[in-house]
Amino acid sequence: MAHEETVYDALTNAHDDGGQWAFGTGFDEPLAGVDTTVPDGVDAADLGEYCLMLGDDALLLAQRLTQWITAAPELEEEVAIGNLALDLLGQARLLLARAGSVGVLGRSRERATASIPDEDALAYFRDPDEFRHTALVEAPNGDFARTMVRLLAASTVRVAVLARLRESRDPVLAAIAAKGVNELAYHRDHAARWVLRLGDGTAESHRRAQDGADAVWPLLAELFSPTEVESRLAAAGIAVDPAAVREEVVTVLTQVLDQATLRVPAWPADVLPRGRRGEHGPETAELLGTLQGLAREHPAATW
Amino acid sequence: MSMTSEGGHGAVPTGPEVPVEVAPEKLPAATRRDWPLYEVFVRGKRGLNHVHVGSLHAPDDEMAVHAARDLYTRRNEGVSIWVVQAADITASSPDEKDPMFAPSGDKVYRHPTFYEIPENVPHI
Repeated sequence: MAHEETVYDALTNAHDDGGQWAFGTGFDEPLAGVDTTVPDGVDAADLGEYCLMLGDDALLLAQRLTQWITAAPELEEEVAIGNLALDLLGQARLLLARAGSVGVLGRSRERATASIPDEDALAYFRDPDEFRHTALVEAPNGDFARTMVRLLAASTVRVAVLARLRESRDPVLAAIAAKGVNELAYHRDHAARWVLRLGDGTAESHRRAQDGADAVWPLLAELFSPTEVESRLAAAGIAVDPAAVREEVVTVLTQVLDQATLRVPAWPADVLPRGRRGEHGPETAELLGTLQGLAREHPAATW
Repeated sequence: MSMTSEGGHGAVPTGPEVPVEVAPEKLPAATRRDWPLYEVFVRGKRGLNHVHVGSLHAPDDEMAVHAARDLYTRRNEGVSIWVVQAADITASSPDEKDPMFAPSGDKVYRHPTFYEIPENVPHI
C-alpha cells in the first residue's frame, strides 16, 4: 500500500548517519521548527518544572501500562493498552523536550553524554528524587480492574487539565495540550467502558472493580493542591491551577462509578503533593530501575 | 502439531508445546470462547467503500468498535469503522462454488468490453 510505504520511508529516513542511539534516535527533533522562547514575565525554571510535572505523570503511567504487554487478559486489549501507553509516551517526550528547551535538566546532564537529546537525558538519567509525578501514577497496576479504575481517574484529571492548558500563554504548552486532549478523551472513554462493564458485570468483576476504586481513591488526595510553581504560573496565564479541575473530575468519576453500580469511595482530604517535590515511594525507584536500567548500563549503545 | 482455525486470526497452533488445557481453578469466569467473533470493515476515506480488514474478539458491539480502532486504524488508515458479528453473516458455501460461479465464466457479453472508450474520458 503506497500510503504505508511513505510512512515507513519517513521513519527510516529520519535515522541519522552516526549510528542510532538505542533510546533516542530515528526520530525528528520533537520541537523542531517551534519557537521555544519563554513568554514575557515567566521564570524559565518554573516553566521547566511544570513541564516535568506533566511529563513525568505521562511517562510513569506509560511505563505502568507497558507492564501489561504480554500479560493483558486479551490480545485485543493488549494492543489497546499499548496504544494508550504510546500516546502518553509521546506526550511525555514533548513535555520533557520543552523542559530541556528552557534549560531545566536537573542533574541528568552530569551522566548523559552530549549526543543524547534533552528529553532522553531527562527520562533516563534523572534520579527518582528529581521526578515530579504524583502518587496516582506511581502505584503498581494491581489487577486489570484496578488498572482501568486508575486509568479512568488519571485520564479524567489529565484531560481536564490539558483542555484548559490549550489556552496557555506559552504556545508550545498550548500546542502539546491540544494534541493530547484528543488522545486523553479516548483513554478516558476506553477506561470508562471497562469500569462500566466490570462494575456492572459478574459478582467477581464487581468485587474487583470495587477493590480497585477503594485502592485508587486515596491516591487522588494530592491531585488538586497547587504547588507554588503551579500557582505562580497559573497567575501568569501559563499553567492550570489543579484546584480548578476538581469539580469536573469529581462529577465525571462519580457519574461513571454510579452507572457502574460501584460505591464511590470517600474523597480524601486534599494534601500538598509530595510527588511534585520529588518525594516518592519505593515503587518509583523500582519502576525507574526498569525504565532506565538499559540506558544507564550501556549509555552509548547503538543498534 | 495440529492447527485449528479461529476466525480471521488464522491458524492457531496447538500441540504438546502449547498448553491448551488450563487447570479448572485457573480458568477465568469468562473465557475467550465466550467473546463473539466480529468482522471489521474500515473506510479509508470519504467516498470509498468500507473494506473488510480482519476480525477480532470482543465482549460486545461497543467494545468491538474500540478494539477495531486500536487494531486496524493505528496507522491512520480510516475515517469510519463497521463491525458485525461473524455469526450474523450469511455466506455462500464453498461446496456450491461451481453451481454458484462457474456459469458466469463464459458469458463474455456481460463484460462491457465491446465499447470504444474515448481517450479523453478519465477514470473508466
